[in-house]
Amino acid sequence: MNQDTLIEIDHVTFGYDASRTILDDISLAFARGKVTAILGGSGCGKTTLLRLIGGMAAANRGRVVFDGELVDARNRSRLLVQRRRMGMLFQFGALFTDLTVFDNVAFPLREHSGLSESMIHDIVMMKLQAVGLRGAADLRIAEVSGGMARRVALARAIALDPELIMYDEPFAGLDLISMGVAANLIRKLNDATGATSLVVSHDVPECMAISDHVILLGNGGRIVAQGTPADLMASSDPETRQFVRGEPDGPIKFHYPARALAEDFGVDPVGGPA
Amino acid sequence: MTLHDRVAAVGALMIRVVRSFGRAGLFFADLIVHMPAALRRFSLVVRQVHAIGNRSLVIILSSGLAVGFVLALQMYYALVPYGATESLGQIVNLSLVRELGPVVTALLFAGRAGTSLTAEIGLMKAGEQLAAMEMMAVDPRSRVLAPRFVAGVISMPLLAILFSAVGILGAWVVGVLLIGLDSGNFWSLMQTRVDVWRDVGNGVVKSFAFGVVCTAVALYQGFVTEATPEGVAYATTRTVVVSSLSVLAIDFMLTALMFSTP
Repeated sequence: MNQDTLIEIDHVTFGYDASRTILDDISLAFARGKVTAILGGSGCGKTTLLRLIGGMAAANRGRVVFDGELVDARNRSRLLVQRRRMGMLFQFGALFTDLTVFDNVAFPLREHSGLSESMIHDIVMMKLQAVGLRGAADLRIAEVSGGMARRVALARAIALDPELIMYDEPFAGLDLISMGVAANLIRKLNDATGATSLVVSHDVPECMAISDHVILLGNGGRIVAQGTPADLMASSDPETRQFVRGEPDGPIKFHYPARALAEDFGVDPVGGPA
Repeated sequence: MTLHDRVAAVGALMIRVVRSFGRAGLFFADLIVHMPAALRRFSLVVRQVHAIGNRSLVIILSSGLAVGFVLALQMYYALVPYGATESLGQIVNLSLVRELGPVVTALLFAGRAGTSLTAEIGLMKAGEQLAAMEMMAVDPRSRVLAPRFVAGVISMPLLAILFSAVGILGAWVVGVLLIGLDSGNFWSLMQTRVDVWRDVGNGVVKSFAFGVVCTAVALYQGFVTEATPEGVAYATTRTVVVSSLSVLAIDFMLTALMFSTP
């Protein structure tokens, strides 16, 4: 494995059951210290890819390597050590609803850092300041909006300054101001801490603006295209063009495969009743 | 459906049943393995004893009192024809500490604390809180499940003792204050005929066993629930059904073992 590569996905195939393959023999390398955006339509396996990297699921075939070490979902002790070097922002925040905003961000620090409460207080306040929620520290999770909850989750994901930060749909549900702030924050955090960031998103403009490398996944778990944001924007591949420009017509179908319309409505294809 | 299909369906059902038993067994073994981790952070256990035990007090105490009232009345009517009403305290006490205390407490516990545990764990799973914990390199079995398990096992015998104590007081109120039985007889026969180790001790052992079963079932149902509102609703129902039936079955076996000699 190249020294510049933090994560290697090596011929990975994965499906939650035998009848449906989510990722089909894909190979990828994520560069150390870079922001990589993973784009693609719903259900193409973007989140699954993050779950495989975090060891939350095991590949059916192939291997996932994190900093030279195999990520093995069955080896829990090694996985716990590897996960201390990872942070993940979940799609719906996954905040602990019985804790306050402050306690949520303090949670990983209290579990792992061994720092005094006064130190933890300062670190938590710094992280909350970074996401603009220092004033919301004492609120309960039920009292914060969806967008604020996402930012709390972001503060919690970076609490331990991980080497790898995985963002699952970080822009979903955010207003335009919060979206811009979140995108800048991801970029700045990456540059300031030297972390490696993987951003799973549908949001093409924001991802293109902050990413060093972009991977486009297609249905059926295959890699459609990858390269710099400029490469993808200039691509002549019809599928890539349709996705990055958000065009309704093209190789990516909006409709789920179905029987003929006439069959479902019980009418004769020619026009008369069946 | 052909005969072949029917046989295949029965076979598939059997495999599912055996697999679910296997999963439950592994889950229970996991709880036991992670108990030391919970005991090392006893503050987590104390918080859960408060959530599981303390918040069940109202229903346990009020039910204990009601059972004591009714038991005293029924026993009094049954004993009058034999002129043995002075034995009321002893009979009520034995019924409560040997059987009704542990069993009714366990059934109430399954309905009150068990469903709450299942729903809590199920919703934590649905909201990806358990997955988030795993990704933070925190094992939910040590941090979430084991403290709740230990707390349930601690709480159940304490609740059963309180249930029996309040039930005996209720019987005293009915027998002595309302009916007019002799208070000295009520207490002295109880003291001489009820053995602390054989009767009270075995009752505590029973409630300990029920605590293990009810808490493990509640946690397991929450942990394996489908992460949807319907899944959580179904899991809480299953917690009550499986816990209650298990308690009744185990009670029969333990009673046969503990009180086989007069």
